[in-house]
Amino acid sequence: MFIINCPFCGEREQSEFKAGGEAHIERPKQPTELSDDEWAEYLFMRKNIKGIQFERWNHIHGCRKWFNMVRDTSNDEIKAIYKMGEKPPVK
Amino acid sequence: MSKNLRVKSSKFIDETYRVSFKFNGSRYYGYKGDTLASALLANDIHLVGRSFKYHRPRGIMTSGSEEPNVIVQLHNNSDRTEPNVRATEIEIYEGLEASSQNCWPSVNFDIGGINNLLSPLLPAGFYYKTFMWPASFWEKYEYFIRKSAGLGKSPTTPDPDIYEHEYIHCDVLIVGAGISGIIAAKTAAKNGLKTLLVDEKPNLGGSTIYQNSEHFKINNQNSGSWLEKEINEIKKIDNLDIRIRTSVAAFHGYNFLLARENLTDHLPIEQRKNKTRQKLLKIRAKKVITATGSLERPLIFDNNDRPGILLSSAIKRYADLFGVACGEKNIFLTNNDSAYETAISLIQKGIKVEAIVDNREEIESKLLYEVEKNNVKVFKGFTIVNTNGYKKINKVSLMKLSKDGQKVIGSKINLSCDCLGVSGGWTPAVHLFTQSGGKLKFREEDQVFIPNKYSSEQISIGACNGDLTLEDIIENTPKYLKEFLNIKKTDYDNVEVFSSENKSKRNIWLLPSDKILGKTKSFVDYQNDATAKDIKLALREGFRSIEHVKRYTTTGMGTDQGKLGNMHALGIISETAGTKMGEHGTTTFRPPYTPLTFGTIVGRNVGEYFDIFRKTPMHEWHLKNKAEFENVGQWKRAWYYPKNNENMFEAVQRESKAARENAGILDASTLGKIDIQGTDASEFLNRVYTNAWSKLAVGKCRYGLMLNEDGMVYDDGVTTRLGENHYIMTTTTGGAANVLGKLEDYLQTEWPELDVYLTSVTDHFATISVCGPNSKKIISNVIPDLDLSDENFPHMSFKNTKIGKVNCRVMRISFTGEHSYEINIQANYANSVWEKCMEVGKDFNITPYGTETMHLLRAEKGFIIVGQDTDATMTPIDLQMDWIVSKKKYDFIGKRSLYRSDTIKDDRKQLVGLLTDNPNEILEEGAQIVADVNKSPIEMLGHVTSSYYSPNLKKSIALGVVRGGKNMMGKKLIIPMENKTINVTVADPVFLDKENKRLNA
Repeated sequence: MFIINCPFCGEREQSEFKAGGEAHIERPKQPTELSDDEWAEYLFMRKNIKGIQFERWNHIHGCRKWFNMVRDTSNDEIKAIYKMGEKPPVK
Repeated sequence: MSKNLRVKSSKFIDETYRVSFKFNGSRYYGYKGDTLASALLANDIHLVGRSFKYHRPRGIMTSGSEEPNVIVQLHNNSDRTEPNVRATEIEIYEGLEASSQNCWPSVNFDIGGINNLLSPLLPAGFYYKTFMWPASFWEKYEYFIRKSAGLGKSPTTPDPDIYEHEYIHCDVLIVGAGISGIIAAKTAAKNGLKTLLVDEKPNLGGSTIYQNSEHFKINNQNSGSWLEKEINEIKKIDNLDIRIRTSVAAFHGYNFLLARENLTDHLPIEQRKNKTRQKLLKIRAKKVITATGSLERPLIFDNNDRPGILLSSAIKRYADLFGVACGEKNIFLTNNDSAYETAISLIQKGIKVEAIVDNREEIESKLLYEVEKNNVKVFKGFTIVNTNGYKKINKVSLMKLSKDGQKVIGSKINLSCDCLGVSGGWTPAVHLFTQSGGKLKFREEDQVFIPNKYSSEQISIGACNGDLTLEDIIENTPKYLKEFLNIKKTDYDNVEVFSSENKSKRNIWLLPSDKILGKTKSFVDYQNDATAKDIKLALREGFRSIEHVKRYTTTGMGTDQGKLGNMHALGIISETAGTKMGEHGTTTFRPPYTPLTFGTIVGRNVGEYFDIFRKTPMHEWHLKNKAEFENVGQWKRAWYYPKNNENMFEAVQRESKAARENAGILDASTLGKIDIQGTDASEFLNRVYTNAWSKLAVGKCRYGLMLNEDGMVYDDGVTTRLGENHYIMTTTTGGAANVLGKLEDYLQTEWPELDVYLTSVTDHFATISVCGPNSKKIISNVIPDLDLSDENFPHMSFKNTKIGKVNCRVMRISFTGEHSYEINIQANYANSVWEKCMEVGKDFNITPYGTETMHLLRAEKGFIIVGQDTDATMTPIDLQMDWIVSKKKYDFIGKRSLYRSDTIKDDRKQLVGLLTDNPNEILEEGAQIVADVNKSPIEMLGHVTSSYYSPNLKKSIALGVVRGGKNMMGKKLIIPMENKTINVTVADPVFLDKENKRLNA
C-alpha cells in the first residue's frame, strides 16, 4: 500500500484514495464536431505503460479532491504529485 | 517403542513442568518449552506423516517454519481443529491432540502407500496428462482427486476464538531476533528510534542463543552467553517493542508489512478463554531491517526422504535447545563445515556420532580436527548414494565422488545408523526482501542469491544478506547499521570475534548415484513429492522457464512454498540446461511467508460485523413489523412485510393491490440525495442530464436520466428546483456514492469554471412515500396546513412546509403511477412522522410495502430500474426513452455517443414489454429470449430483465431486452426453459394506466 501525499491533506494511506486512470485527457470542447473515430479516441483509448505513467487520483475518503500523480508502474514509486490544472513537472 | 531420548537438561525447557499430549491417539509426555516435534523426537517418534503423492513415510526434517513433512491436524473433530500445522512450530500444552494427515487408516499402515509402488506410472504432470480427456469428465475426476489429495480437514463449525487487527507505526522495524537482529534492535533503540522487533519463535536469539561451543566466541565468551546478556539488556529499553511468536507474512511496498502475532496457541485450551488468539499486525515502518537469517539446504540423493533424515542444523537445535537426541547412532552427510558443528554438539552431550560423509576432498578445518579427535570417521570426497529403512532410516551406502563430482566411483560402503543429518550449505532467507520488490543477485562462490537492489528504506543484515558466518555478521552488521540509521558509532564497533569455521563448500545440486536417474527417488520438494527426475523430465518435455517447471512438477507449491528445495530445483535446471544459475532468476516469492489462518485475516469482521450496513431511521419500525430485508448497496431495505405466515409472493400481491386500491407507504430514505447550489447549478444540470433544466420553474420537479460519456444509461432520479440557484437531486440507492463522485470529477477537472457546490445529504433526510387513491386524505391529516389541491400542488411540484415545528419538503412525485407524496424530513424526526402516517392511515387502509412491491408497481407502469432493466450497454434510445433526450442542447455527458455508428444500429437490444400467452405463467428474470428454437445454434435475441405477476392486471407481466425489439410489437417470441418453452408476445412496456389518470385520482 502506497503512502500518497495529497496536495491538500498531506500524507495518507492509499486506502483513502481511488485511482482514476490516465491523466491529461481533456474532454473535447465540441464533441459534436468530432468524427466517430476522433470521439472514440477520447472515449476508449488509454495507455497502460510499464514505467512512468501520468495518472489521476481522488482523495475519495478524505478531501474528495482530484489531483495528478506521476508514478512508475514498475515499482510503484511516486515521482510527483500536482493539482488539477497545473502543468506536469516533467514530460 | 517409547525410548526416552532426552539427553541433557536444557535451560530453554522447564523440566519441572511436565506436559501430557496425544499424538495419533496415544498419550505422550514432554516439557514446557518443547515443540510437538521435539517432544515426539524425545519419545523416539520420527514417522509423523505421509507424503502427498506417493504416501511415503515421512519424518521430522527441520526444526522451524520451513518444515515440509510434519504437518499435522490439531484437535480433530472439535471446533478448534486446524489442519496443516507444522509440528516443528507448535509448542506443546496440556491437552494438545495432534494427528497425522494424508494417511488412511493410519500413519503406520497407509493404503495410499501403494502409490509409491505405482510411482513409475505417476510422473510429473500425471494429472494434467491423464485427466485432460474427455474434457467433460473433468468434474467427475476432480471429485476423486480432491478427495484423495486433501491436506488435512477444514473445521466445519464456526471458529470459537477471537482475532484482532492492530496498526503499528514505528521508526524502525526489525524482522528476526537472531544475533544480527538483536544488534540492530539495540542500536536503533539506543539512538532514540521507536523500534519494533519481531521474531517467529517463542524465544529470542535465533540459532546463536544455544551456541555454547568453544569454537565460536565473542569478546572471549562463547557466543550464546554473550548474546544472552545483550538480550537481557534490550528487554529493559522503553522505546523497543518486542513481539515474539510473531511471523511477518508479507512485506509490501512503502514499508507496509503484515505480521501474525500468536498469543494463545501455546496455552492449555482452558486458559485461552476470552483472550485474543492471534493478531494481524499492520505495520508501517519508516525503515525496515530484515534479519531473517538463513535456511539450511538439504542434499539431493536417492531416498533422501526417509524418517530419521534431518537437516544437520535441526539436529543441533534439538540437542542444544531441547536436550533431545534425534538418534543414537548418527551419521552426517555434508558439503561444508556446518555438520561438524552439530557433531561437536552431540559429542559434548554424549550422543554417538558414527561418521561424517563429506563431499569435499580436502578440508582445512579446526572443527574437522576436533571431530576426528573424538574418533569419528570422516569420509572425505564421498557421498551417500542410497539409504535403507522403510519407516525409519537404518543404513546408508556411500561411494567416492569422481573429481568432477558428476559420478561415483569405487565400491560401496554400507554403514548402519538411526539418524542421518544432512547439510547442503545455507540459503539466505530473502523471501521478505523479494516480496518488497527487491532485486537479487547470485553469488557464485557459495551459490546463493543475496539482496542487490532495495525498493524502499530498508536493508537486509546478517545471514539473509549473505553474511553466513559469525565473523562476517559481527564485522559487517555495525557497518551497515551506521550507514542505514545515519549514526556515528554502535556498541559493536570493537567487538572481538573468534570462529573456527572454514567457509569452503563443494556444491553439487544433484548428487550422483550408481543407479540411473530413472531408478532413483531423489526428492527436491518433499511435501509435493517432486523429484530430480521429475524436473529433468519437465526440461526434456520442453519446459524452460522456472515458473513453468515449478507448476508442471509442483515443486515449491506446497504449504511450505519450497523453502528447502527451490534452490536445488533451480540448480538442477541450470545444470541440465547448461546455463548459469543467475540467469534463470528465481520463482516469485509470494506472501504469506508462512500460512495465515482465515481468522487472523478477517479479525473482528465476522458475523454481523462482516460488512458495514446502513439502516434508515425507520429500521426499528420495520423490524417490529416483521419486515424481511433486502441488501441494496450497503443499505438494509424493507423487502416485504409478511402477515400471517404469508410467503413473499402472497405478501407482495397483497401489498401491491393495497397500494393501488387504498394507500401504500414506503420507506424511500435510501435514495441518494445531493444538494446542488451555485449560480451555475442549472447549467450544470443541463450538462449532466440528457434533458433540459434551465426552464424548470422554482418549486417544480423533473425526472432526469444521466449517461456515461459512452452514451449508456448510468443513473436516474427526480431533481427538484428549491430556489433560483438551489436544487436537490435524487439518485438510485446503489448509485448514490458513484454519482456524487462522477459529478465532483466533472466539476473539478472538466468544468472548474462553473460555480456549483455539491453536498451529499442522503443521511440527513429521510423520505416517506405515501401513494394510492387515499394518499391525499392521509397527507391532509398529517400536514393539515398544506393546501393539497391540484391547482396549488400539482403533480411534479414541491412545497416547503412544517409538521408541527419541524420543517419538511413535500414532493408530489410518483414511482408507482399513483397519486403520491414524498415527505423529506430531518432524519431524527422521520420515525415519528412515519408512525403518524400509519396512525392516520389506519382509517384509510394504509399498507406498508417494501422494495419488491415497489418494483412490481413500477413495472406495471413500465418504469425502468437502472441496473435491473439496464446494464452498461443500454442507451436511452434502446430503452425507448427518446422523449427524455434533448435535441436542442448542444452538449451533455454522453450526447456524442448517441450517434456513434454502433449506438444507432437498429438491431441493438431494446427494452420491450413481454406478455405470456398463458397469463398465469411467470417468466424467470434472466431467461433467454429466442425467436426460433429449431435453428442450431439457437440465436439468442435477449433476456428477461423484470418479471412479476400483477395482481392489479391479474396477469403476468415482464420487461426484457430484445435485439431489434422496438420494431417487434405484437411479435411472438419464445423463452426456452429447462423442461418447456414459454410463448410470449412483445408488448408496450407500459401495462397499466397509459393515460396517467391515476396520478391525479
